[in-house]
Amino acid sequence: MPVPPPTVPDPYDISTAAAAAAAAPTGRFARRTAGMTASEIRALFAVASRPEVVSLAGGMPNLAALPLDTLAAEVGQLVASEGQTALQYGSAQGTPALREQICEVMRLEGIDADPEDVVVTVGSQMALDLITRIYCDPGDVVLAEGPSYVGALGSFAAYQARVVHVAMDAHGLVPQYLRNALESLARQGITPKFLYTIPNFHNPAGVTLAVERRTEILEICVSHGVAVVEDNPYGLLGFSGTVYPALRSFDRDVVYLGSFSKTFASGLRVGWALVPPAVRDRMVLAAESATLCPPTFNQMIVSRYLQTQDWRSQVKTFTEAYRERRDAMLAALETHLPPGCSWNVPDGGFYVWLTVPEGVDTKAMLPRAVTARVAYASGTGFYADGFGSRQLRLSYCYPTPERIEEGVRRLAGVLGAELDVMRTFGVPARTPRLRSGPDAPSPDTA
Amino acid sequence: MTDRTVAVLAGGLSHEREVSLRSGRRVAGALRSSGVSVFEWDVDANLVERLRAERPDAVVIALHGGEGENGAVQAVLELLDVPFVGTPAPACRRVWDKPTAKSELRIAGLDTPDWVALPHATFRALGARAVLDAMVERLGLPLMLKPDQGGSALGAQVVTTIDDLPSAMVSCLAYCDTVLAERFVDGTEVAVSVVEIDDEPRVLPPVGVEPLGGVYDYTARYTPGNTAFHCPAPLDPDLLARVQDVALSAHRLLGLRDLSRTDAIVDRDGNVQILELNVSPGLTDTSLLPTAAAAAGLDLGDLFASLVERAVDRA
Repeated sequence: MPVPPPTVPDPYDISTAAAAAAAAPTGRFARRTAGMTASEIRALFAVASRPEVVSLAGGMPNLAALPLDTLAAEVGQLVASEGQTALQYGSAQGTPALREQICEVMRLEGIDADPEDVVVTVGSQMALDLITRIYCDPGDVVLAEGPSYVGALGSFAAYQARVVHVAMDAHGLVPQYLRNALESLARQGITPKFLYTIPNFHNPAGVTLAVERRTEILEICVSHGVAVVEDNPYGLLGFSGTVYPALRSFDRDVVYLGSFSKTFASGLRVGWALVPPAVRDRMVLAAESATLCPPTFNQMIVSRYLQTQDWRSQVKTFTEAYRERRDAMLAALETHLPPGCSWNVPDGGFYVWLTVPEGVDTKAMLPRAVTARVAYASGTGFYADGFGSRQLRLSYCYPTPERIEEGVRRLAGVLGAELDVMRTFGVPARTPRLRSGPDAPSPDTA
Repeated sequence: MTDRTVAVLAGGLSHEREVSLRSGRRVAGALRSSGVSVFEWDVDANLVERLRAERPDAVVIALHGGEGENGAVQAVLELLDVPFVGTPAPACRRVWDKPTAKSELRIAGLDTPDWVALPHATFRALGARAVLDAMVERLGLPLMLKPDQGGSALGAQVVTTIDDLPSAMVSCLAYCDTVLAERFVDGTEVAVSVVEIDDEPRVLPPVGVEPLGGVYDYTARYTPGNTAFHCPAPLDPDLLARVQDVALSAHRLLGLRDLSRTDAIVDRDGNVQILELNVSPGLTDTSLLPTAAAAAGLDLGDLFASLVERAVDRA
């Protein structure tokens, strides 16, 4: 009798996830809040905000280089001269002046945009929320790189969308894996609503999508009828000075998300979406129902800043500081980490993605790290499916180079102690554990 | 209104910082509503200086885990002659170390689940496999693993198979150097608070704890709606009385003062088995002592204001 070939599990089979989602408990609250629970891991990050702890966990931009005195004068003048407008409600789509300026900013990445297609949002996080609200019904599938931005995964979960991760390599999202995922989903009768991608200086993986892959990825998505959502908060923060062409520069149907959080001031919460006309009206109505309008005052501060300050030089100053910190982190990793660790060399952005020796569970190790006064973000927070336990994200954006060196030294001690305990118990490689509750820190855990 | 000024200590650097900050905010608000002036201090290297500068009439310790429960902060307050609400330092030390507390309970004839507490070094020196096998042989499966010190169920887990034990040990040892392995007891989980009012310990109504997901872990404890609390616990009157007696006995035996919470399980045979005692019980919106106090008709602010008076009178 012929032996049937072994069954190879399909990595993109989402039937199990669907069953788990359907089984989520209900009760007083909506099913979509099932994951919005207290989390042991997030509780540990409360300690990371203390100065005794070197936090390599959060993603707070370094604002130390901003010319605060000049900004104070500009803001004062804004209130004095245009206060009646700045402190009033505004358009749900954002002020026309800022939308014009946003188009100028995007031109640096080869984007030719009409201000009419720009929707200003409360940070690009709100844009993500709105896009998911517009595109996704409960149970719909979204493609995202694996790993992916934790805030995006949070938005997808809030709308009960299911996430299928597509792997990356050192050059970003792998086109063949994207094809594989789409074909597998097609066999399951599923067309994803969109591909969510962070092409430049990826959060958390630190990699950049190779330019030659960009059009290929767009073609794959177009041929499968899948929209593309390009999230690009770090695009201008490249260390080599290279500004990569946005996906949107090749295809006007791409939804592009941008932000002033990293190039100016994260606390102002001003971001935007550039959307195709077919999406725009829905987006504006969705924005109106969420917040009525983005804060006029903050938009006018950004406008004035772009108009009166040499903001490109300021971005260069930020970038130089980040490069110095990146270098400090890479040197410290090289010096201190035990064998079996590997990491990428980011050419921009905020993050190093670290793979630790086999068997170490970075989520389970976090309490030991907090006891040693160092914090990181475990890799599991960046996957919707429980993977990432062997990875962690290190942020170099906020601590000084000296603190980074100290933090990595502490982390090396933590890893050494964890490996020692693992050797005692002969712990093998683990299977991923799925747990409720968010695992990643909020961005201000610095 | 009183003219007392109280410093509420919360936060600190323990793993339970977040819960502690919530407890601190809650008790500070309650005290203010009872007319007490309150400082809220996150405990750091400035604590002694602040105490000397501000000279509060008393301190309320809302710290959880680490130095707030192991007697360290209490010892410093005793050194400085600052009155504080709660258990004196030496008794805190005994209760903080769960194996020590369990030994004392057992010697005094109070029930607590069978256990063994072993440091990582012992497993390394003697060979983990053999020791784990012996542990399972004696205590059976499932097995409760928890750090020998600490609270809020951080690091605690139920292990159902021997294959899961090694990685569970590694996870638990990320919180501590010594693991406490306990025989798993199935039954009704109860929390019994004792408060000292007018120099007499008063046992509050036991709270029955029913985690909707089946396990009373961190998420179940601190996500409103994830655990059903029944006050009084759904036990017959004799059992309720026995649970209260046990909590009072434990409170007295271990030298606890002002307030405490005893966590116990009433097993299927009606035995009351003490899991652990708390010298600084949680005071958050989902915590058990405030629930019990409310059921007893006690206002949380008035209760703590009276405990502050006791502390001041002791000085």
